[in-house]
Amino acid sequence: MKYFHLVWSNLGRHRLRTTLTLLSIVVAFILFGFLSAIKQALVGGISVDGNDRLIVRHKVSIIQVLPASYEPRMEAIPGVAAATHFTWFGGVYQDPKNFFMQCPVVPEEFLELYPEILLPEEEKKAWLATRTGAIVGRKSAEKFGWKIGQRVPIQTPVWVKSDGNHVWEFDIVGIFDGKNKNTDTTPLYFRYDYFDEARRNVKGQVGWYGLRVQDPTRAAEVAALVDAEFQNSPAETKTEPEGAFVQAFANQIGNIVMITAGILGAVFFTILLVTGNTMSQSVRERTGELGVLKALGFTNGHVLALVLLESCLLSVIGGLLGLGLARLMTSGGDPTGGMLPLFFFPTRDLLVGVVLAVALGFATGIFPALQAMRLRVADSLRRM
Amino acid sequence: MNSPVASNESLVSVENVEKVFRRGSEEIHVLRNLDLQVAQGEFLALMGPSGSGKSTLLNLIGGLDRPSRGTLRVAGEDLHDLPDRKMAEWRARHVGFVFQLYNLMPVLNAERNVELPLLLTHLNRAERRQHVAAALDVVALSHRAKHYPRTLSGGEQQRVGIARAIVTDPTLLLCDEPTGDLDRKSGDEILNLLQALNREHGKTIIMVTHDPHASARASRTVYLNKGQLSTEPVI
Repeated sequence: MKYFHLVWSNLGRHRLRTTLTLLSIVVAFILFGFLSAIKQALVGGISVDGNDRLIVRHKVSIIQVLPASYEPRMEAIPGVAAATHFTWFGGVYQDPKNFFMQCPVVPEEFLELYPEILLPEEEKKAWLATRTGAIVGRKSAEKFGWKIGQRVPIQTPVWVKSDGNHVWEFDIVGIFDGKNKNTDTTPLYFRYDYFDEARRNVKGQVGWYGLRVQDPTRAAEVAALVDAEFQNSPAETKTEPEGAFVQAFANQIGNIVMITAGILGAVFFTILLVTGNTMSQSVRERTGELGVLKALGFTNGHVLALVLLESCLLSVIGGLLGLGLARLMTSGGDPTGGMLPLFFFPTRDLLVGVVLAVALGFATGIFPALQAMRLRVADSLRRM
Repeated sequence: MNSPVASNESLVSVENVEKVFRRGSEEIHVLRNLDLQVAQGEFLALMGPSGSGKSTLLNLIGGLDRPSRGTLRVAGEDLHDLPDRKMAEWRARHVGFVFQLYNLMPVLNAERNVELPLLLTHLNRAERRQHVAAALDVVALSHRAKHYPRTLSGGEQQRVGIARAIVTDPTLLLCDEPTGDLDRKSGDEILNLLQALNREHGKTIIMVTHDPHASARASRTVYLNKGQLSTEPVI
């Protein structure tokens, strides 16, 4: 700590240069925060409760439907503990920009398979008792100002009712919360029996299945058994872990992890060059002063540590500012109005960012620090 | 005061020292078979024309460079084979440098500049402040403690440089043309100060200078010409 003042004062030597370098680091870390939030929104919706869950979809594509009759056959497969099904509804509320997820489900099965959906007991009872009842996540309820008891119209281009109407009405009977931050609390779930009876086409068909396996370590084996059960049928299946399913869904717009890693790699490489150049320049300008420090008795190790501390301090200040701003800017949640319901900057990535800031400081400082360490005292004093 | 050698011994003992620099294939003999003894408490002026090797000799005595040949013993330590780290620690303990261009850190105020060598000691912040205050008091600059070098005159900056050199109470003060960049009045103040440090505080001082007026303040003057010492001025 006794060297802190010296290190800090050196950062103030060229205020404009330090500020510009700091700003570039801040911007890089804001970008890091945003990309983390986007990645989280696209591929991070894998609940920690879901490691024992599999998703069964049509082998050809997620948009192909499967027969509802598959459910009892799946439940009969050894290793499957429970099964339920979902169907993509694809509706909007009042305006196309109010797009969010809606799914018809079988309430008892759904709530049993997804314990991260927290619904009060009386609301669950109300849902079971109301054929047109729907439960909605807290986020959407707050966004649209929905209250329990309210009837809400949802318009879908996908499903038409038997009377030719594309507008479906649901009675809000419950508002659910998520057990953890990763739980998506934007969807609306309504009853499959009402949906199947009221729709004009594709009756008896569902979008995909969710399964719970008895032993998560045997999930791959169970997935193979499920696919084998429906092999050579008109609707063959593809069974995969829930995480892989969500990832595949997101990957329809590209490999998110690769894209974010690519962008961040380019950004941080640029920052590495910018900050590294600043530090090298700063050390070159101070050759004489570093020689004086050595003449006073500072060892080569001291000089190495001082330069490294300086670059780390610069990087950590910029990093923390950037990460803090990113956290603040993403705290408002989904900026797209429904496309990225799980948009937030996770604490895990925040910590990765802090480590990255220290690593950046080390990487940008190590070469100038070695250069400073190797200076010969007599030579550097001549350059004062 | 530190007293690493017995009072009848030389504090600085230079025997048969040579310093050779290489420029490509050419060898430049800056110092040749040089012998010099400096007693503890002595104020020695080292004079000579530019390029005569004065600063090189001062660097060798201060442990900033190593002789190519010969024996160099300062403050009880043979400097020839001392590893870099040990040499730095030795410098911190025994040598105070005063430079011609003051060589203060522009980003630190006077007080913080003087404190620099104390950062290498085990003193806590309060003890360091005490030492700094005492050193600034010796050079009569206590009232300018919070001032940055750019706001100080040349003479004041040099006094800060001297305070930095004496703050750890070193065995030896090495001054490389300490008045070379100052007007006569400021130069005299610095020389008065060095003289007082020598006479009142018993500091051993070796001062490189071009200026006979400055060398007159020393207790002994030696002359260096083409890498060799003499007691007579070089014509």
